Amino acid sequence: MSVFGFPLPVILGQLMLGLVNGSFYALLSLGLAVIFGLLGVVNFAHGAFYMLGAYAAWIALDQFGINYWFALLLAPLVVGVLGVIIERLFLRHLYRLDPLYGLLLTFGIALIAEGLLRYQFGASGQSYPVPAALAGAVNLGFMVLPIYRGWVIAASLAVCFVTWFLIERTRLGATLRAATENARLVQAFGINVPVLVMCTYGGGVALAALAGVLSAPVIQVNPLMGSSLVIVVFAVVVIGGMGSILGTIVSGLALGLIEGFTKVIYPEASNIVVFVIMAIVLIWRPAGLFGKE
Amino acid sequence: MRATLLVYLVLGVLALSAPVLGIYPVFMMKLLCFAMFACAFNLLLGFTNMLSFGHAAYFGLAAYVTSWLVTAQGWGTAAAISGGILVATLLGLLIGSIAIRRQGIYFTMITLALGQLVFFVCLQAPFTGGENGLQGVPRGSLFGLVSLTSDLAMYYLVLVMFVLAFLFIWRIVHSPFGQVLKAIRENEPRAVSLGYKVARYKLVAFVLSAAISGLAGALNALTLGFATLSDVSQSASGEVILMTLLGGTGTFLGPVLGAGLVISLQQYLSERVGSWVTVIIGAIFVVCVMSFRRGFVGEVQAFFSRRRLPGGVKSAA
Repeated sequence: MSVFGFPLPVILGQLMLGLVNGSFYALLSLGLAVIFGLLGVVNFAHGAFYMLGAYAAWIALDQFGINYWFALLLAPLVVGVLGVIIERLFLRHLYRLDPLYGLLLTFGIALIAEGLLRYQFGASGQSYPVPAALAGAVNLGFMVLPIYRGWVIAASLAVCFVTWFLIERTRLGATLRAATENARLVQAFGINVPVLVMCTYGGGVALAALAGVLSAPVIQVNPLMGSSLVIVVFAVVVIGGMGSILGTIVSGLALGLIEGFTKVIYPEASNIVVFVIMAIVLIWRPAGLFGKE
Repeated sequence: MRATLLVYLVLGVLALSAPVLGIYPVFMMKLLCFAMFACAFNLLLGFTNMLSFGHAAYFGLAAYVTSWLVTAQGWGTAAAISGGILVATLLGLLIGSIAIRRQGIYFTMITLALGQLVFFVCLQAPFTGGENGLQGVPRGSLFGLVSLTSDLAMYYLVLVMFVLAFLFIWRIVHSPFGQVLKAIRENEPRAVSLGYKVARYKLVAFVLSAAISGLAGALNALTLGFATLSDVSQSASGEVILMTLLGGTGTFLGPVLGAGLVISLQQYLSERVGSWVTVIIGAIFVVCVMSFRRGFVGEVQAFFSRRRLPGGVKSAA
């Protein structure tokens, strides 16, 4: 069986990988969009926090023998707390300024994080073993699916759904959305907006770290893994438009798929296809696919 | 005003006599190229409030094109530099017309993404030499008259080009066109309501900035004799932002001073601390943004204008 002259299992395998990448795009752009909505900060350090999440998992296993499942909880927590500290110490002094300063500050923080880890662990990648429970592959008849990849997609979708539910369907989410619209008014109703802002930043950063832990067994953990990813995620956010949570998730997954498909038909273009799509979307719909303007 | 003139005079004398003073000429040339790059970048950030995070694309692509024209096509130096500038200008026109469709932080993200696109194209295109870049680029001679092989001749060429670019930017900013750019910087909706075609002004500023960045990149490649991926990389885009921010956005001397500081720091640190350079550059970013947003020159100007004009009238520097 073949499509466009390429064997079907090859195509499905690449689409699967694309969907895995798309899950990371979705998780990262989700956090980025929520942070931007409430704080007005484009978090350039998002890729660095993703990288720190992967390193936290690797260090936990390597140094302390903490297994994957605990790392899945622990790493986002640790990195989230780090995010909260950064928000307290630096970001909150910039809210009244031009948003460019938030971007530049988080860029600086990303450089510091990358430099420190490169100094400590070197530039080469560390491999993280696939947890025993998720090792192996199942034959679906039309393709062989490595169980871990299936798990990454399922877990990411679940986390995305929970985040969507939290923001769109709960009282806490309603408060958050109200604060995004008008922080002063919400504060006047007796809600502690600074704490809300702090927790939102911590939460968004924790999502990035979670994506990092999930990615650790499928890629090499290295200090620069976040810096190229964050640019793709920015493009995803521009394509989706930051207005809608669901739109962000859908565009993340779709772009991952398109990237995977490009790897089959024209591999040379696979790392630029997202940027090309961004340019086309901007010409056609400057506000992004799901954005309002 | 007289103090400013004095500063320029001292800097001019220093630049002219640098080879005599025994400063390593290749270092000075690199400094001047990056100073030109930062001045071009500042035309956007400082005078129009557009933060481009992909400016290395014009610098790096012009470096590649110029090097390729000299090595593979056997073009003369002046023609190759012109070719580099032309390609950078066209790229600026293309990316600029896409990026100005969004404002503020979106503009920044779009320029970043398109800059990365150019990086990947340079990584894979057949004429760029991939990971190795283009090596052994000869400087040639200027119109077949003056050989640029000696560092001294090349230095004065770079210096003259830098001064011309600096004066060009000065002229742009102090023209009616530059006044409109400043109006856009201060209040874009008002500029629109006054009937200015804001998008067109922004695009022209973007293209001019890209062209001057291209000149800087072309000269830098000829100076060093190679063009590599680091010229088009995201970190080069970050460095030019740091230079401008550290020296003072929206000032004329700020980017020059910032380029001097960053290039010297890199030169000094890379021999001593290795991979800590990234950490230190990052820390400088944080310090700049937290407590030093006007940059060195901006702070000095603010200090003097406070002392001289108790009423707080902003003096145009």
